[in-house]
Amino acid sequence: MIQTRGERAFVIFSAVVMSLLTLIAFLPFILILVASFTDEVALVRDGYRFIPSAVSLDAYLYMKASAFTFIRAYGVSFLVTILGTVVGLLITSMLAYPMSRKDFKYHNTLAFIVFFTMLFSGGVVPSYIMWTQYFNVKDTLFALIVPNLLANGFNVLLVRNYFKSNVPIELIESAQIDGATEMRTFFRIMLPLSVPVLATVGLFMGLAYWNDWINALYYITKPQYYGIQNLLIRLMNNIQFLKSSQASNVLGANAVDLPSTSVRMAMAVVGILPILFILPTMQKYLTRGVVIGAVKG
Amino acid sequence: MKSNKAKPGALKKTMPLLILAVPGLLYFLINSYFPMFGVFIAFKDINYAKGIFGSDWVGFNNFTFLFQTSDAWIMTRNTLLYNLAFIVFGTICSIFIAIIMYELVSKIYSKLFLSGLVLPSLISMVVLSLLVFAFLNADSGFINHSILRPLGIPEINWYSEPKYWPYLLVIIQLWKTAGYGSIVYFASIAGIDKSIYEAAKIDGAGKLKQIRMITLPLLKPTVIILCLMSIGKIFNSDFGLFYQVPLNAGALYSTTQTIDTYVYRALMQLNDIGMSAAAGLYQSLVGFVLVLVVNAIVKKINSDNALF
Repeated sequence: MIQTRGERAFVIFSAVVMSLLTLIAFLPFILILVASFTDEVALVRDGYRFIPSAVSLDAYLYMKASAFTFIRAYGVSFLVTILGTVVGLLITSMLAYPMSRKDFKYHNTLAFIVFFTMLFSGGVVPSYIMWTQYFNVKDTLFALIVPNLLANGFNVLLVRNYFKSNVPIELIESAQIDGATEMRTFFRIMLPLSVPVLATVGLFMGLAYWNDWINALYYITKPQYYGIQNLLIRLMNNIQFLKSSQASNVLGANAVDLPSTSVRMAMAVVGILPILFILPTMQKYLTRGVVIGAVKG
Repeated sequence: MKSNKAKPGALKKTMPLLILAVPGLLYFLINSYFPMFGVFIAFKDINYAKGIFGSDWVGFNNFTFLFQTSDAWIMTRNTLLYNLAFIVFGTICSIFIAIIMYELVSKIYSKLFLSGLVLPSLISMVVLSLLVFAFLNADSGFINHSILRPLGIPEINWYSEPKYWPYLLVIIQLWKTAGYGSIVYFASIAGIDKSIYEAAKIDGAGKLKQIRMITLPLLKPTVIILCLMSIGKIFNSDFGLFYQVPLNAGALYSTTQTIDTYVYRALMQLNDIGMSAAAGLYQSLVGFVLVLVVNAIVKKINSDNALF
């Protein structure tokens, strides 16, 4: 196909603008990555820069020195993410399966029950009082996994729609004529045939758990239950405290020895790493999820 | 027992399916439906010693108090205006990105671009707040230290000047979500019949004209539906964006307080359960009505896209 001059100009324009936009998207990450490798004194003196005036590994060495805190927070985040995603995915798809079966008497009732939760919510206060007063979830791992995050109506409907349109009912019927129970049909036929949607929903859930800090904000007071996000918040607040006491010379020179700013940046880098690792492999599931989710609600 | 309707073995057929649904149903019952019945808390003066059910009823007092404060107006205004700005600018940016990204679709770059543009939407609000802090902190932040100072412009104390935050929050939100939002439009554009463009080209239409006369009009239904859906959620805000990104700075409340941050602060920081519950119910009810209205409108435009 012959391109006209205007078309070629447009392609070049698009390429330039896209490169710029991608750069803008990446720049803040580069800034904190560089800051995490910058010498603390230089960071305070020269500010955040893309080219550091003095390179240092202090932040990461400091993290290594207090590895226990960081590894524990990392462990909490991973545990919560894996448990939450596995259990959430299981109950989401188990609920979606009966909803997808037109021959099931209550499929519409179930759909309404799930759907209504997307329209109206009781709000934060009743839910907070319920979880703390009646389920006593304060300072438990349960509080990080169960409230609000385990399943949501959007994901259930997403999985149901996939079951409905991608797994032919004849397949289910023939399996059951051969004597398969509903359990068996669900685990041996529905789930294996629905890997793409399960990957998409699992990705949504995993990201939600990994990035969540609000449940801990409400329900966790003991630092040993902090995941990586809440440790980061605590570090930000504590360092502000360190700085103000530094001004009044309470801590003297010690406060300078602690690479407070670069440690925070190093923590952020460490917090993003798992996302960076899964992004290339999971991208297609992510984009697919966005499209099916938005076009068919 | 009269079971003239139920076929033989009907129970045997429904029971296993019901059992599969039980864990999920139980979860929604506890996590979503119990709190719905808890909205009566907004009409009580909660005293933990007396228990939730034993506390005194106070009618609409919590609401009267709430709407007498300036908070009610500020948080409603902020929530609505931020959402409007996000919808308008977010849609424009996402469509712009989708159109130029589509031009590169055959090139190997597009996947790289997509990864790059999606990445900001995958990070947590905590990490985002740190990224913003790296740019905005008063002493060593990138903007003050590396842009304003060399230019001789007076430095700005970003975390204590509320007037800048409406712009900052819109920019931050666009940075975080525009790339992700463009995926939907990208998919819509990819679905447009190529022969229309071929025909336009033969008729001598340039690229810009093709975009104006073909791409944009064909995107219109998607835009309308997505905007209406966003309007249905206009009373909700992203708690993290308005709480954690401005680092919960008290000086910024006038431009960063939204209904969600108010509910949190009233409950957890002021211990004012009544006001918090009243604000929460106010948000839920108005949000519910908005969704119903929006759905009715969507149904009129294109019943396939209606939620119900």
